[in-house]
Amino acid sequence: MKHLYNMDLPKTDRIVKLIDHLFIKMPEVESARAILITESYKETEGEPIITRRAKAFEHILNHIPITIREGELIVGSSTLAPRGCQTYPEFSYEWLEAELDTLASRGADPFSVSEKAREELREVHKYWKGKTTSDLATAYMAEEAKRAIEHNIFTPGNYFYNGVGHVTVQYEKVLSIGYDGIIKEAEDLLSQCKASDADYAKRSSFLQAVIRSCRAVINYAERYRILANQMADACADPVRKAELLQIARNCAVVPAKGATTFYEACQSFWFVQQLLQLESSGHSISPGRFDQYMDPYYQRDIRNNTLTVEFAQELLDSIWVKLNDLNKCRDADSAEGFAGYSLFQNLIVGGQNTEGQDVTNELSFLCIQASMHVMLPQPSLSVRVWNGSPHIFLLKAAELTRLGIGLPAYYNDEVIIPALINRGLTLADARDYSIIGCVEPQKAGKTEGWHDAAFFNMCRPLELVFSNGVDGGEQISIQTGKVEDMTTFKEFFKAYQEQMEYNISLLVNADNAIDLAHAERCPLPFLSCMVEDCLKRGKTVQEGGAVYNFTGPQGFGIANMADSLYAIQKLVYEERKISMNELKNALAANFGKGINKELAYHITEEIVREFVHSGKNVDKDQVTEIIKAILKESVPEEEKKKQDELRQLLLSVPKFGNDITEVDELARDVAYAYTKPMEKYKNPRGGSFQAGLYPVSANVPLGAQTGATPDGRYAYTPVADGVSPSAGRDVNGPTAAANSVAKLDHFIASNGTLFNQKFHPSALSGREGLEKFIALVRSFFDQKGSHMQFNVVSRETLLDAQKNPDLYKHLVVRVAGYSALFTTLSRALQDDIINRTEQGL
Amino acid sequence: MEYENTLGRIFDIQRFSIHDGPGIRTIVFLKGCILRCRWCCNPESQELGIQTMRVQGINKVIGRDITVKDTLEIVEKDRPYYRRSGGGLTLSGGECLLQPEFALALLSGAKQVGINTAIESMGGIQYEVIESILPHLDYFLMDIKHTNAEKHREFTGKTNELMLENAKKIAASGQTNLIIRVPVIPTFNNSRDEICTIAEFAAALPGVKRMHLLPYHRLGQDKYEGLGREYTMDHIIPPTNEEMVLLKEAAQKASGLDCQIGG
Repeated sequence: MKHLYNMDLPKTDRIVKLIDHLFIKMPEVESARAILITESYKETEGEPIITRRAKAFEHILNHIPITIREGELIVGSSTLAPRGCQTYPEFSYEWLEAELDTLASRGADPFSVSEKAREELREVHKYWKGKTTSDLATAYMAEEAKRAIEHNIFTPGNYFYNGVGHVTVQYEKVLSIGYDGIIKEAEDLLSQCKASDADYAKRSSFLQAVIRSCRAVINYAERYRILANQMADACADPVRKAELLQIARNCAVVPAKGATTFYEACQSFWFVQQLLQLESSGHSISPGRFDQYMDPYYQRDIRNNTLTVEFAQELLDSIWVKLNDLNKCRDADSAEGFAGYSLFQNLIVGGQNTEGQDVTNELSFLCIQASMHVMLPQPSLSVRVWNGSPHIFLLKAAELTRLGIGLPAYYNDEVIIPALINRGLTLADARDYSIIGCVEPQKAGKTEGWHDAAFFNMCRPLELVFSNGVDGGEQISIQTGKVEDMTTFKEFFKAYQEQMEYNISLLVNADNAIDLAHAERCPLPFLSCMVEDCLKRGKTVQEGGAVYNFTGPQGFGIANMADSLYAIQKLVYEERKISMNELKNALAANFGKGINKELAYHITEEIVREFVHSGKNVDKDQVTEIIKAILKESVPEEEKKKQDELRQLLLSVPKFGNDITEVDELARDVAYAYTKPMEKYKNPRGGSFQAGLYPVSANVPLGAQTGATPDGRYAYTPVADGVSPSAGRDVNGPTAAANSVAKLDHFIASNGTLFNQKFHPSALSGREGLEKFIALVRSFFDQKGSHMQFNVVSRETLLDAQKNPDLYKHLVVRVAGYSALFTTLSRALQDDIINRTEQGL
Repeated sequence: MEYENTLGRIFDIQRFSIHDGPGIRTIVFLKGCILRCRWCCNPESQELGIQTMRVQGINKVIGRDITVKDTLEIVEKDRPYYRRSGGGLTLSGGECLLQPEFALALLSGAKQVGINTAIESMGGIQYEVIESILPHLDYFLMDIKHTNAEKHREFTGKTNELMLENAKKIAASGQTNLIIRVPVIPTFNNSRDEICTIAEFAAALPGVKRMHLLPYHRLGQDKYEGLGREYTMDHIIPPTNEEMVLLKEAAQKASGLDCQIGG
């Protein structure tokens, strides 16, 4: 591997052109898939849902327009325009219908839609009323869960509106036996089905659906073979002509049969990766351990002298570009939460094999090199780190980190493997883990992890403690007593835990309702044929066909909660410098910045009570008038000053992220308030819930729905991301921040934790800088941290990019568990990234 | 233990320092110095007394007294990082050897628990003090600013004979890794001749293999204002990277030392 570290593998002109082509215009929404699926659904009404899904997939693959982009070596595009997207009305469409005219002008992730496509989409949407997964999920959900969602305690929006995705399939199976092999397997199983079997109907229709789907995929490749041949015939350039003929030969073999060369393996991989994302709209379809399953093909060709390292590199670079060609249009709110056109296709290199040996290989290096070449957000490149990782591999990874595109993310085998064993994985499966999406570990090809099940805002239950379960004038949660009457911190913390527990139970209800809706309305036969044990069990992953089943909702805002609770413990209960009543009023008035609805309702209640007490009746209109008047009324200057002083006092107590044991231990307990109750719940697929602690980028939009918090955070500003300290509150440098974060229990948050650090480029300069950087990562991991990621870009650069976005079209930054183009992010998210504490000199 | 209660006066403890000795280090900045280098980027370090400095409009108290025990507790927190990077504790200042008991207690305390030690010092102090700490010191990062005594006095307030003499003694002791550091200050010592003369002097010290050239920077300028002092160097432009590379190459050629820009 050493020769690869020192080898100069330049980026070819082809790759430069392919990247330029990606950015020729604003991403576009295309209507072909929506039209085709609607046509098919209309024809199959009344048939079993699994049959309808397979027929619809077949209809789409047979008729969707196909294209080979100029200079491509790997083919398969879901849209005619680069970075375009199809739509998936079977999951939800109302938001798209409502936003069709504003998609192009919105702040986060704009898309253009042609007038024709808009009309076509409006037309097909008529069919879907009442037929979507989100419609069914709504019908299944408990009223109180719906209310909690309305009040922004948590949001399960991702799977409510979209397909689930979040899976890594058995790529190695397709590479090895092709879809012909899978069809054969399904046919054999089908022949074993007895008509008298209790599950005959379910099993046989599923297996037939698998066969139909696989045949459709083989036919799709055949369409590309024909197109490539046609283009070769018309091509005057002999070099390109030869390339097109090779593409045609590749498509004649894969993915129908096993790959015989590395090039074919690349093409086969790509069809799987692309078509999974055409079957359903779920994101985070993650390639997983690409360096491992591609390695046999690479080794064989290198050994036989039929492949050069240079060409292997160009093929990888081509795949990397293709991964950025796929796109997804989300509703405006979700676009903020998943900002940056991101598909979170996580590809991980390095780490151990099932027997615990390090298997970092040459492809691991070439994959890192590919990210250095394309300098784009996809794939979300990750590296596995453990005590046996080759140092030179980490050096290569650190060199990529230094380039400042937020890649790779670093994962700690020493935490993740035992954490997965604790969830019931076998030792071998746990050692073979890869990452889904942002930070979620699982065993590829055996898991339906539902990894991004919801975002839970851990600050909101604290607000419910202060309001005794009332929000916006409505009793939406349990009553934990008047906050002013709580005499000890223990009592206060218990109230917080109870508010957490209750709302977590509602989250579980919402997720399980959505889960069932997916099983009933959108089972996915194509995806399921590449996940064990679906074929043998005769059911899809949506119905519990996978070996391992989880539901993983994310909590975020730990740092705010730890800081808030510590301030309350210290200032209210120990030093008695602030009364609970003062604090309550200050929070409601946003520390003098203005009265919020909560306080306005409260004051109105008092006034109305006074009126009634004095014998006057107040009608509804009058109440509305009073509320309006109060909301308008500004806080008196004197009160403002007092509240500002109170805020300064709150800010002055120690904060999480500074290696202060007392605060960090409280943070650990706060995290437990989320992670521990979660463990006891079950999902409809027969699996259990497991918590994650990461926010994607939802800490910004959901922060905008959160009132002021006792850590001194103003209302509506972002809450802390992941397990990171609050922005700007960690002042003792990166080691102190890392030590604080390491004090959380990362094992129990087995759906992943996320720790951001931002470095000034000078901190990583020279070989010395890289060595010290690696030492920092390793030391955090020695202390059992789970994940670490970095932005290495100067504050000045980011500020300049805000001013001159045109000059920084390609500037990629780390957002949360993924990287994105900085200039495509909303202003609020840009500011949040700029404000993260910069660890430098 | 007795030494643990020794008090010292510091003005900062900085963790994750990566430019002051090998590996990731924690630097303890001791207050007080006998030099008054015009370019000093930590002017708040010079007085031994506790001072007030305005920082971004807010008055900040500079200097606090702390025991060896409390200091080492903070140093201990980053042990995982020292272990992975070969880092440890660095004493800096001010001039850390002006508080000899405190410095000795910190260094010996750190060594006792297996933490690597370094100091940044100009060495202008009676040799007995230096001699006492050497057994507990892994790296001595020693400033040599100029070889001409008069020029040295003009820019720092003191002549350099004692420092140069001590450098020879430290090197001769063979008890520590001696690294010579030169702040490269325009109008003072940034000529090729002077840098080469320092390099030759350093190369003649037994055991010395490395020299760091630290380019002048103006990051301390605001602090002078915050202390109500005049900054006399504001007309001085920091050396360019090209100039630094030329000086480094010249020094390397003249002395055969392993020279680097920055710490």
